[in-house]
Amino acid sequence: MVMEIVCPAGTPASLRAAVKAGAHTVYCGFNDVTNARNFPGLNFDRAEMREGVAFAHAHGAKVLVAINTFPRAGAEDIWQRAVADAAAAGADAVILADPGLLDYAARNHPQIRRHLSVQAAAANADVINFYAETFGVKRVVLPRVLSVPEIAAINAETEVETEVFVFGGLCVMAEGRCSLSSYATGLSPNMNGVCSPASHVEYRDTGGVLDARLGGYTIHQVGKDEPAPYPTLCKGCFSASGKQGHLFEDPVSLNAEQLIPQLQRAGVTALKIEGRQRSRSYVAQVVRNFRAAVDALEAGQPLPVGMLARLSEGQATTTGAYKKTWR
Amino acid sequence: MELTVAPNPFFWAADDWEALYQDLTAAPVERVVLGELVCSKRLPFYQDRIPKVIESLQAAGKQVVLTSLALVTLKRERKLTAQLADLGLEVEVNDLTALAQLPRDLAFSVGPLVNVYNESTLRWLAARGATRISLPPELPLASVAVLARAGADCGVAVEVWGHGRVPLAISGRCYHARLHGRTKDNCQFACEEDADGLEVRTLEDQPFLTMNGVQTLSDRYACADYQIETLQGAGVSALRLSPQSSGFPDLCGLYRDRIEGRLAMGELAQRLQHKAPGLRLSDGFLTGESGADWSGTSR
Repeated sequence: MVMEIVCPAGTPASLRAAVKAGAHTVYCGFNDVTNARNFPGLNFDRAEMREGVAFAHAHGAKVLVAINTFPRAGAEDIWQRAVADAAAAGADAVILADPGLLDYAARNHPQIRRHLSVQAAAANADVINFYAETFGVKRVVLPRVLSVPEIAAINAETEVETEVFVFGGLCVMAEGRCSLSSYATGLSPNMNGVCSPASHVEYRDTGGVLDARLGGYTIHQVGKDEPAPYPTLCKGCFSASGKQGHLFEDPVSLNAEQLIPQLQRAGVTALKIEGRQRSRSYVAQVVRNFRAAVDALEAGQPLPVGMLARLSEGQATTTGAYKKTWR
Repeated sequence: MELTVAPNPFFWAADDWEALYQDLTAAPVERVVLGELVCSKRLPFYQDRIPKVIESLQAAGKQVVLTSLALVTLKRERKLTAQLADLGLEVEVNDLTALAQLPRDLAFSVGPLVNVYNESTLRWLAARGATRISLPPELPLASVAVLARAGADCGVAVEVWGHGRVPLAISGRCYHARLHGRTKDNCQFACEEDADGLEVRTLEDQPFLTMNGVQTLSDRYACADYQIETLQGAGVSALRLSPQSSGFPDLCGLYRDRIEGRLAMGELAQRLQHKAPGLRLSDGFLTGESGADWSGTSR
């Protein structure tokens, strides 16, 4: 079976562009704290979600709704309403991370398919099967800590479908288990759906050197005429033990296009592209390329080479944890 | 209010590891959680000391609890996790993998690395047999108060991160190994040099984070001095104190004095900073704008 391409859509226009470009599936979220890409000007209101789902279904594509932050104590109704509204909009699945919300969805909206978000960091077959038995989870988005052989081993031990990230931004920490951002800024992916938020970014010229600061901490320094990278915490430049550099991760993004055949052999169902904050033309281009790749694979033809390099952040890419030496 | 000692997140020589727990037999704490939380490769170096330490702590009247790993990926780690219940001690779940593997009828506790952000998750865990939940350090006081009430309603003791460098992230990648130009599989135990983790500074030389193998912690030591009365009022059952290489049993004594009112608000922090000049503290996750904020005036 051809591998499913799962594309991001931060706006209704991106959703339509992704569907027209050949996405089998689009994932998106409501424009509030319930989704882990809660950026200003992005995401869908209730009417847009209904229209988006209708458009996708009319073109034979599916829509997954990410409700993957962790509901705030005392305000869980906001997240529960999001699940109810996704179901009412006709979405094909909700992507959830919080056990309490999974429990709510399984009990109150059993008809809507439940996917386990990468934010749940389910990294082995035992815990994946546990989510399946307990909450009826049908698919898991695997955390970016696993090598291809480890993914194959998981698929050999579970009936739950696996979805893996193949392109775009790369978290180096296990997602859903990182509060670096709230330590520096007070806002986190888990609680607020944001990481290293733009509201806390400051660029400061200090005599020929440009400091990129986040929450008062200098994350990068570049010469005044060099392009200043966005100060994402885990891709910052720091020092330890007298050594200076990108101690956690270089400013790279993920590109696992050449691993698609291996991922297919490993039993992966769906390939996920990161980037709900990206433009619709970017999304369309990435989708076309990945769709061509999986179609070529299905037809027994070689993969197109280097097709996505120029779309990657700063041109530098990595295959991340899929190759064991990354760790 | 009780005191719980968190599992030591760092990699210490077996003698030092054992000495910590022998010292804790005389410390005024109710519970000690021990075992390997961060990296399964460390365990063989002190594993044989565990039974003796358990015996000493139990003889001193402490409740001893075994932690699970924080991130379980390898087959060997899954096996290790499945064997946790064999010792007959309470298990602290720090990755839901451990919950998946525990016998269904066994009571357990939940550690701060499991995401318990709301009442539904707390109630779901209680229904599965959780008797105690140590909340994620990221939670603000408002959430703590709601969860402490929910815990009281279903018989679950709620615990809060009280002292120590805050666990901020866990990864598949070992940063200590990376710093030394090695991979995780060939790390040569680079983390053993740093008994309290390795300080990570910004390019402006500002202390910021702490590297501990696959784990990243805060540079600052969390300290709940300024929130004790509020936490007690909210019904929080216990404070969690995370081990450090120097003066830890004394530190437990100071927290005991603080929760029993022998030290006033602010005095605890003052004592800690007197013992360790330059000590940077934080309580921002509970009451600040950002996690690194500190209620005290000094630093």
